[in-house]
Amino acid sequence: MKTQPKVLTFLTILSVVLFLGALGMVFLFAPIEAVMGYVQKIFYFHISNAWVGMLGFMVAAVSGIFYLVSKDLKWDIVELSAVEISLVFFLIAIVSGSIWAKPTWGTYWTWDARLTTAAILEMIYLAYLLLRQGIEDPERRARFSAVYTLIGVISVPITFLSIHIWQTIHPAVIGVGSSSSQGSFGMTPAMLITMFFCLTTFSVVFITLLWYRIRLGQLAEQVDQLKYKIMQ
Amino acid sequence: MQKQTAINRPSSTYLKVIGAIVWKDLVAELRSRELLSAMLLFALLVILIFNFAIDLQPDLRITITAGVLWVTFAFAGTLGLNRSMAVEKDRGCLDGLLLAPVDRSAIYFGKALSNLAFMLIVAMIVLPIYSILYNINVLNPGLLLVVILGSTGYAAIGTLLSSMAIQTRTRDVLLPVLLFPVIVPVLLAAVKASGGFLQNLPVNEIWPWLNILIAYDVIFTAVAFMVFEFVVEE
Amino acid sequence: MIKVHKLIKRFGSKTVLRGLDFDVHQGEFVALLGPNGAGKTTFLRILASLARPTLGSVQIAGYTLPAQAGAVRARLGVVTHLPLLYGDLSAEENLRFYGSMYGIMGLNRRVQEVLDMIGLTLRRRDMVRTFSRGMQQRLAIGRAILHDPEVVLFDEPYTGLDQDACDMLDALLRDVAERGRTVVMTSHDLARVEGLATRFDVLSRGVISASTKRDDLGKNNLLDFYRQSLAG
Repeated sequence: MKTQPKVLTFLTILSVVLFLGALGMVFLFAPIEAVMGYVQKIFYFHISNAWVGMLGFMVAAVSGIFYLVSKDLKWDIVELSAVEISLVFFLIAIVSGSIWAKPTWGTYWTWDARLTTAAILEMIYLAYLLLRQGIEDPERRARFSAVYTLIGVISVPITFLSIHIWQTIHPAVIGVGSSSSQGSFGMTPAMLITMFFCLTTFSVVFITLLWYRIRLGQLAEQVDQLKYKIMQ
Repeated sequence: MQKQTAINRPSSTYLKVIGAIVWKDLVAELRSRELLSAMLLFALLVILIFNFAIDLQPDLRITITAGVLWVTFAFAGTLGLNRSMAVEKDRGCLDGLLLAPVDRSAIYFGKALSNLAFMLIVAMIVLPIYSILYNINVLNPGLLLVVILGSTGYAAIGTLLSSMAIQTRTRDVLLPVLLFPVIVPVLLAAVKASGGFLQNLPVNEIWPWLNILIAYDVIFTAVAFMVFEFVVEE
Repeated sequence: MIKVHKLIKRFGSKTVLRGLDFDVHQGEFVALLGPNGAGKTTFLRILASLARPTLGSVQIAGYTLPAQAGAVRARLGVVTHLPLLYGDLSAEENLRFYGSMYGIMGLNRRVQEVLDMIGLTLRRRDMVRTFSRGMQQRLAIGRAILHDPEVVLFDEPYTGLDQDACDMLDALLRDVAERGRTVVMTSHDLARVEGLATRFDVLSRGVISASTKRDDLGKNNLLDFYRQSLAG
């Protein structure tokens, strides 16, 4: 196995630096929001995590298609890595959103379009992992995973749309307030800069983690090969 | 005596193959009635349980009916999908189907149509019984249309996913886990549309839901049709 | 009729077939022998177009796999150790179903012919789930030759059969082979295949390690040949 490429080491350091920078920006640079106060700052992380979660899903879907076309198992590792990482980031997004929601809306959860779709997306990720667990043959596992990712990526937008239509026809009145009425705020330029900085930071962190995870997957595969050779 | 048995051109065989699979599934099921009785029993039990779980007072019933019906169909549907594919897998019959010199998608359409037929048969029995038990007339042409559209989407994606699930170790458990997150648009739209027809809402209010159902049916039938061979061929 | 060149089949890191060469002329009856796990079933599945080669070329009746799989399937009959029959259909209905899958013309007449050949005419209307294993196997062979294939593959057809059923199967196999068909059969029952096959190949460690024609066996009986080829 090749030793860690220089680019990866660079990216790791960059991730750490950017993350510290982001923390700094969020707590020191960005102004405190008028209505919500300090708790609004969680939004920077919430949205960044959600962004990464969705980005990861796109990466997974594209890798899936590449696998089906090329039959090269390396795309399967990329796909799996993307799903695993997105699963965690998206979970953080949901949880951070709930933490923000309680003081703002008076409830941890509401069944609006975005949250419901987010929950469904997490379930698709978990179903994906469960699917992989039930298959031994690596080639079949890769094929089925790719197909399921494809189905997931097509159904999630439709799901979001249908719940959204449901919402506009029957506006949700669950809990004290709904997401569309309260909790929205305009962003000052300083906030916008902070937001973009956080988004960039998290994207870099995502790529770094993805790369590590892919290397891990490749290592695991090599171990399998060696094991098989010895058992011959 | 070596005579090559004449074989038809592949193009004319495609529809025949689909027809043969549907015929085979229906005849076999008519004889054993395993699948249908399991689905029916399950559906009726679910409806019964709903009666106790949600206190179905007369005035609440109309609003809840659509939801109860579709949850019932969704769960009974997984039973049907599982059984239908298990028949093929257990005796190796799936290989038998794959050995035929015909496009894989014909097998998909055949199985999807039989699955759809089973779902509709169950619906046709459950709906009148529901009407009698809860004194609500659910035999409404609009509702029947929604049942057909919803079941089509369900069968389209369900057949594909059950073909995958049946080839894994975790089979029966896996199918609902894979299916339900991606079937949400169908369930949502079907419940809304059914409810709309039951409450006699104006058609233009129901129309968006029918639209979603139709769009979903078309999109996922097309996707499943294109992707099926990846699921069955090694 | 069957030309296999440098066939490689991998399952993830496991290589099951390692550059296998296999050449069968029309009318030959090849018994494929080998220890369990040697890859016989995998090889047969690839010939049957149910699995794809990882590398190498496979040609049957002049058509390449997997590109021209449809044309191959029309000329191929397969009998595995699973019956591939529907228990809730009658013998006749099973044959008619497969007949329509192959698009056979004059189906009624052909089904009658096959039923006579396998000796199940009297039980044509009985449900297959009431059949003994031996009868199911005969019906399975009937199904395999319904479309008059040029090549027939058998994977361990004697599994689970009693003595009488085995004898009946022998007679049927001879009948099948007589009509100029090419047959490849895997089996553990050396005594049985000795009387049927014209050629014996041994598949060991992912390649054909030995091959001999029946006429060349001479004094060495099959068991010795088999043992020798594995020891080498």
